[in-house]
Amino acid sequence: MTLGLFIPCYIDQLYPQVGKATLALLEGLGHDVAVPERPACCGQPMSNSGYANLSAGCVGDFASEYARFDHIVSPSGSCVLHLKESLEALHSPVAHRVHELCEFLHDVAGIQSLPAHFPHKVGLHQSCHGLRGLGLGSCSECMTPAFSKPARLLQMVQGLEIVPLDRSDECCGFGGTFSVFEKDVSTSMGRDRIRDHMAHGAEVITSADMSCLMHLGGLLSREAPHIKVMHIAEILNASMAEFAVAEPLLSNG
Amino acid sequence: MDQPLQHSSAAHDFLRDPQRAAWHDQTLWMVRAKRDRMASRVPEWEQLREAASQIKEHTLSRLADYLEQFASKAEANGIHVHWAADGEEHNRIVHSILKRHGVRKMVKSKSMLTEECHLNPYLEQKGIEVIDTDLGERIVQLQQKPPSHIVMPAIHLKRAEVGEVFHEHLGTPAGLDDAQQLTEAARQHLRNHFLTADAALTGVNFAVAETGGFVVCTNEGNADMGAHLAPVHIACMGLEKIIPEQKHLGVFLRLLARSATGQPSTVFSSHFLKPRPGQEMHVVIVDNGRSRQLARPDYRKSLACIRCAACFNTCPVYRRSGGYSYSFFIAGPIGSILAPNVDKAAHSSLPFASTLCGSCTAVCPVKIDIHSQLLKWRQEITAAGHAPWWKKAAMLATAFAVRRPALFRLGGWFMRHASPVFNVFKLDPWTRTRDLPPAPAQTFRQWHNQRSNRDS
Repeated sequence: MTLGLFIPCYIDQLYPQVGKATLALLEGLGHDVAVPERPACCGQPMSNSGYANLSAGCVGDFASEYARFDHIVSPSGSCVLHLKESLEALHSPVAHRVHELCEFLHDVAGIQSLPAHFPHKVGLHQSCHGLRGLGLGSCSECMTPAFSKPARLLQMVQGLEIVPLDRSDECCGFGGTFSVFEKDVSTSMGRDRIRDHMAHGAEVITSADMSCLMHLGGLLSREAPHIKVMHIAEILNASMAEFAVAEPLLSNG
Repeated sequence: MDQPLQHSSAAHDFLRDPQRAAWHDQTLWMVRAKRDRMASRVPEWEQLREAASQIKEHTLSRLADYLEQFASKAEANGIHVHWAADGEEHNRIVHSILKRHGVRKMVKSKSMLTEECHLNPYLEQKGIEVIDTDLGERIVQLQQKPPSHIVMPAIHLKRAEVGEVFHEHLGTPAGLDDAQQLTEAARQHLRNHFLTADAALTGVNFAVAETGGFVVCTNEGNADMGAHLAPVHIACMGLEKIIPEQKHLGVFLRLLARSATGQPSTVFSSHFLKPRPGQEMHVVIVDNGRSRQLARPDYRKSLACIRCAACFNTCPVYRRSGGYSYSFFIAGPIGSILAPNVDKAAHSSLPFASTLCGSCTAVCPVKIDIHSQLLKWRQEITAAGHAPWWKKAAMLATAFAVRRPALFRLGGWFMRHASPVFNVFKLDPWTRTRDLPPAPAQTFRQWHNQRSNRDS
């Protein structure tokens, strides 16, 4: 199986540790992972701002650069959703080979256990595009059986405790350029999310979307710096560095 | 011409009082939570939503046939049926009926359509007094304000503020803050109007093509009080209110109140089939842009809306910005996809007043793809030139840079080295409230390329 890793623009520039952790997780499963140079961005910022025509180039680059892989993985639910929807609209066969990281680990790799250790209280922020867009979990609006792929993966981590939340899947208010054009509502939504996590004793807020965490982390850095944000890949990979080259500690199920 | 209301600046004003904004958010969240509890008790909830969605799609696919069937059945039942192409014609029709009967006072139960057509000011100009009889609507009418929410028109007001309105207009004691006493005052006040009105106007929740009858849902019985007492009953409906058969009511009535307020049913779900002896009954069927929306495949499904406002209550943006931050008479996510059909320029900020979180779509009892339609309207609004030039310039620059690795690296280097400066000055909309993350020494790609070179 050939794997292509797509590291979105802002993760590449601002959160290289998320890319490294994702790569380590995939390589830990025994995959050979390639990281094409282009495109740097999935094109979502343009599309969501009302310039879908300007995002077409990114989607086109992606379709041609990543066509050679059996599966494509990205640690960003929002970017994956944009790519999937844009590629589906173009009837591109690549659309169904793009996976958000948790989805890949849970559905494609089918992992049953992880050698990770993270003895902390963690609040799981269910990013909207991952949850309602990609179906990484059941959303609170729908009367369907409850499940969450990110939560199942986190439950494999030793010592980790997921804290309950009053509003299990309310939006954090990032919303791409919404965070800038509607900064007041965006900030108010972010503060409410943080309060919910804090009230339940979270030491770390995690998510399958670093963009939500960039927003929440930016608020926390000023208002409650003792609480950290970490991408779910960093937690699933926690204390795995020393096992990275060892025998398959991850069991394929 | 006045500048159109921008959602972001109206939201900014709303959020100036964070405590009140938090109260507004929590009040509406409670309604959403009640809806969740009620919906979870219906094992076939998701099947009901699917059935409702399919019935509506089917109906919209042959709307003209069902409308004609409804009209002929209704006429056979003795109801006068009128067709209005737009709001102005609707108002003229209503006025002509009232004029013929020499009506001086009309009681009106909740009807967003008459808000849409600006019926009240039209009739008042003609010397006819209009009394809104839904409690929430009466409160905002006394304030000379529009409803801030389509189901709970005065949800943005606190009890004490209602007390002030009643003190000023109904003569209740100053400082009255007791729900029981305030309601009683409204009851006495409205009862007097019910008894002395010459005509009653109601909305229509569902019009049944099979029978020619229609259903009006209220919690206060005010539609019934009006219609049963007055010699003339006028019911106004948008042409999308039609459903094919009586049995379909079983689907929609179960969804409507649960989605709207978390009640198993509205207190009154009144079926009107024909006028009682001596009464005159009229139905006014209004287009006012609906057939234009019907002809747009991307937005057609918006006509399936049953006006439950579940999308308002769940919307994190609506809850934190309030109904008056929307430039359209229907606020919230559904209003934001209906408004551009009427006027793209005037409502250009509404489709952007969303994070596209999709909660509206997931909560909608008739499965309207609200957030997808918001995204589609964004494309049309920018294409029509209703966006600032610098936004387009920024997007052009981004689109250019992200496809060119060398340029992207350079731009990224600059941004990463500039971020500490932004964090200090806090002048841009991001760093005003949020820090940019500390810039790493190396990007992921730099690290990865180094590693690849080392390995090879």
